[in-house]
Formats: sequence, C-alpha cells, structure tokens
Amino acid sequence: MNIIDTLEKLWGDSGFQSFFVDGGWKNLIMILISCVLLYLGIRKKFEPLLLVGIAFGCLLVNLSYFGPESTDALYHPELWSEFLDESSEFHHDYGHILSNGGLLDILYIGVKAGVYPSLIFMGVGAMTDFGPLIANPKSLLLGAAAQMGVFLAFFGAVCLGFTGNQAASIGIIGGADGPTAIFLTTRLAPELLGPIAIAAYSYMALIPMIQPPLMKLLTTKKEREVKMEQNRNVTKTEKIIFPIIVAMFVILLLPSTAPLVGCLMLGNLWRECGVTERLSDTVQNALMNIVTVFLGISVGATTAASSFLNIKTLMIIGLGLTAFAFSTVGGLLVGKIMYVLTGGKVNPLIGSAGVSAVPMAARVSQMEGQKANPSNFLLMHAMGPNVAGVIGSAIAAGFLLAVFGK
Amino acid sequence: MINFTLLAAQTADSGTKMEIGDAALTAVFGYCVVFFGLFLLMIVLFITGGIFKSKDAKAKAKAEAVLENVKKEVEANPLTVTPLALPCAPGSAGHVKLHGVPDKEAAMIMAIVADKMQTPLNELRFISIKEVK
Repeated sequence: MNIIDTLEKLWGDSGFQSFFVDGGWKNLIMILISCVLLYLGIRKKFEPLLLVGIAFGCLLVNLSYFGPESTDALYHPELWSEFLDESSEFHHDYGHILSNGGLLDILYIGVKAGVYPSLIFMGVGAMTDFGPLIANPKSLLLGAAAQMGVFLAFFGAVCLGFTGNQAASIGIIGGADGPTAIFLTTRLAPELLGPIAIAAYSYMALIPMIQPPLMKLLTTKKEREVKMEQNRNVTKTEKIIFPIIVAMFVILLLPSTAPLVGCLMLGNLWRECGVTERLSDTVQNALMNIVTVFLGISVGATTAASSFLNIKTLMIIGLGLTAFAFSTVGGLLVGKIMYVLTGGKVNPLIGSAGVSAVPMAARVSQMEGQKANPSNFLLMHAMGPNVAGVIGSAIAAGFLLAVFGK
Repeated sequence: MINFTLLAAQTADSGTKMEIGDAALTAVFGYCVVFFGLFLLMIVLFITGGIFKSKDAKAKAKAEAVLENVKKEVEANPLTVTPLALPCAPGSAGHVKLHGVPDKEAAMIMAIVADKMQTPLNELRFISIKEVK
C-alpha cells in the first residue's frame, strides 16, 4: 500500500477538500446558515419541531453535496431536474430516483408527491376544534380577508421579475401555513422550496413580533377593549357534519384543494365522530411526529448551496414578510368593518387571527385584547377566524394551482 | 464527470414571466374567489346552524313542558312522586318508583344496598322503594 497515494485519495474524496474547489465556499456559508437556523430553532424556539429538522437537512446536504459529481451525497438536485425535465428519459421516473438517489432523495419523494403536507393536514384536522367557527360562521370572512397578503405578495413577486409559478409559491407564504406553502411550491416552483419553507416557518414563529405593532397601528384603544358575547354551544352532530359539508363543498368548488382539504376534514371527522378515537390519537401524535421528521429533513435537503445562495432568496424573505404583514392588515380591516356593522360588538383584533398559523395568531389576538382590557377573553372568538384561515389558505392555494398548475 | 446541462436545469425557473396587468387581474380575481368560496361556505353553515338551533329550541320546549308537568305533580303529591316523565340519564336502566321516600333517603338506601351486596351501583337495578310503616 502506498501511504502517500492513499492519503491523497482520502483527501480528494473528503468534503474538506471540496470547500477549496469550484464554489465550495458556498457550502461553508450554507453550513453557517444551518447553524443559525439550528440556534433559532433550539435556543429561540422558532417552530422547533420543523425548523430543527429543516436546519439539519440543510446541514447534511451541504456537507455531502458539492456538485453532480458528489456520488455519496444524501440529496441530488440533478436527479430531480431530470425528474422534472419533460425532455429527459427520466421524466417523472421515481424508479430512477430510488435506484440512484441518496437517503434524502428517497425521503423527498413524499414531499414531491404531496404526501407529507397532506398527512400533516390530517393531523392538523384531528387536533383542531372547529366549534368556534361553526358557532360563528362570520369568522369565515375574516379568514378570507386575511389571504390579502397572499395575492399582494404574488403581485409584488411578479413586479420583481419572478415567473407566475414562482410568484404564486412566494405569495402563499402569506397564508401562514407551512404545509400549504410546501404543497403548492413543490407543484409550481420546486426550485424555490428551500427558501419558501424556511421563510414560511420562520415568519410563523415570528407572529408574536410581526402582528402586535400592526394591530395597534390599525385599531383604536376603544376597539381593542370590546368584549365579545359568548358563542353558542355547538352540538356534537354539528361537529360531525361540518367536515363532511366542508369537504364536499370546497372540493367541488376547487378540485385542486382535494388533497389538503380532504385530509384536513378526514382528520377532523376522526376526532369528532367519537368512534375512531384510536385513529384520531394516532394521526394527532404518532403519524404527525413521523411525518414531521420526514418533512423537515427532506425540505432542508433542498437548500443545496448551488440553488439557495442567490439574490432570489433574499427577495423571497422580503416578500414573505410583506405577505405576512398584509395578511394581518387584511384581517384587521375586515374586523374593523364588522365592528362598525355590528355596532361595536366585534373586536377587530380577532381579524388578525385570520392568518392561519394555529393557534399562535389567536393567542396574539387574546394577548393584545387583554392588554387593552384585562377582563377581555378573545381566544375562543379568535379561534374561529384562525381555523377559517386554514381553509382560506387551502382555497387560495387551490386557486393558484388551478391557474398555474399544468 | 460534471453534467453542466443538468446543473443549469436545476436552477431553471418554473413557469413563464407574466405581464404586470395580468398579475394584478389574477391577484384581484384570486382574492375574490377566496372570498366567494368562504362566503358560500358561511351561508351553508348558517343554514345548517339554523336547522340545529330550531331542533334545539324544540327539544328545549319539550323538556320545559316535561319539567312543568313534574313540578305540578310534586306540588300535588310531594311524597310519592317519581319523575317518570323525565328522560333517563345515558346508560341508566330506568327510573325508581319512590313511595313515600324522599330522594336523598332513596339515594342513601341504594348506596347502602350496593355496599352490603359488594356490587357496583351501576350493576344494580332498583324498581321501587317503599317506606313500610
């Protein structure tokens, strides 16, 4: 054995050597970014369940992928380019991915096929009590209003030179719904999945910082002090019928929403029907946790330095913040209209909960309401628009998919 | 070997550029579609809610009528009344006929019997309790 040759080969194969050749420094930057994301997830508790997985996926891909010649990489962007390329012999060939891909390529199939976001929605459905929405159906209007940011950010993205598909994927960040953003982006602009998922989950975690200044800016103290009447009791039968009605109605209206809305409502039906407690429990806990593991790490894998480090990522982060802010504004404005029309019975603060980040946005409404009037309890009133926002963002995604999807 | 064609495709943009006018129209139309969809859903929920509310109101009225009857019976014969007309609690086997025994004493008697028999109360059925004078 020639020791020098062996050492040279080991050095040539090592990732350390790759940092010094042909854009390898970009991987170093991505490794630093992944460490920052890990810090935000672990120390600052920014959506840790997903952000820690995304950050570690980012770390893994940038430690192992330095270009198409990286045969030992965990994720191979070029395989997915071939998968999407209509002229390639491997167009939509999952077998090619399975036989040539790394671990994260295989896990990413679940993202690409839209399986993970849909299963997450099933868990969300099983964890969500739609009672406040059923008791006060007007909340749906607030959930609709809070999709304003989606369409404004879409328009802004087109103005900044993004394609229609990319702009639609960026806009959906304003829906404040991670699985919906991932679902739409994998279908319309998979090359932007990494930055969009990171922006969506980071801003969702930042809701307690983004929303309160806007809430104070757009409402008067008198409006924030409004105490709302208690909602009526919702019967068990109504809760059972609700997911069936919503699934039928929304899927018939926009068939492209079927995977998300269908799974959301199936999860909710399992929760409410009272005869499938085991399934409801599995979906809420075990399945949700398993899918979160796969989703986080495989979304993180899409942040290979070659596709992540560019000016577009910065634009996406800026547009995402705009989308969140305008979604909050949209909800608040319709909340104010309701305040006027009802003669001061509706507290406009519940409008900001229309962005669908459940239950964080509703908690922010509760906290701001209580700051203005310590005897104010808005949480259950804000949960109505909050869960309406989940349905609203799914409809917005369905619309964008219908317009821009193939 | 590095496949430069694939590397270029990897960062290729999905979709095509849009005119700003088209984008504005799409944005406004999309927002309207979301409002329209959720507005229709709101109407559907109002209708189903209305149906359930009217059912609730009917059930409430029925229960109130039953209570009214029981009240009248109690006033007429305070010691021998059993609220037979009241609906049973879920899981219960039926009502106990009380003959000259107040409710509290009946509950105590049933608890003592269950204790003496070493049998859970929900596995026993009491048909009637009568005070022997």
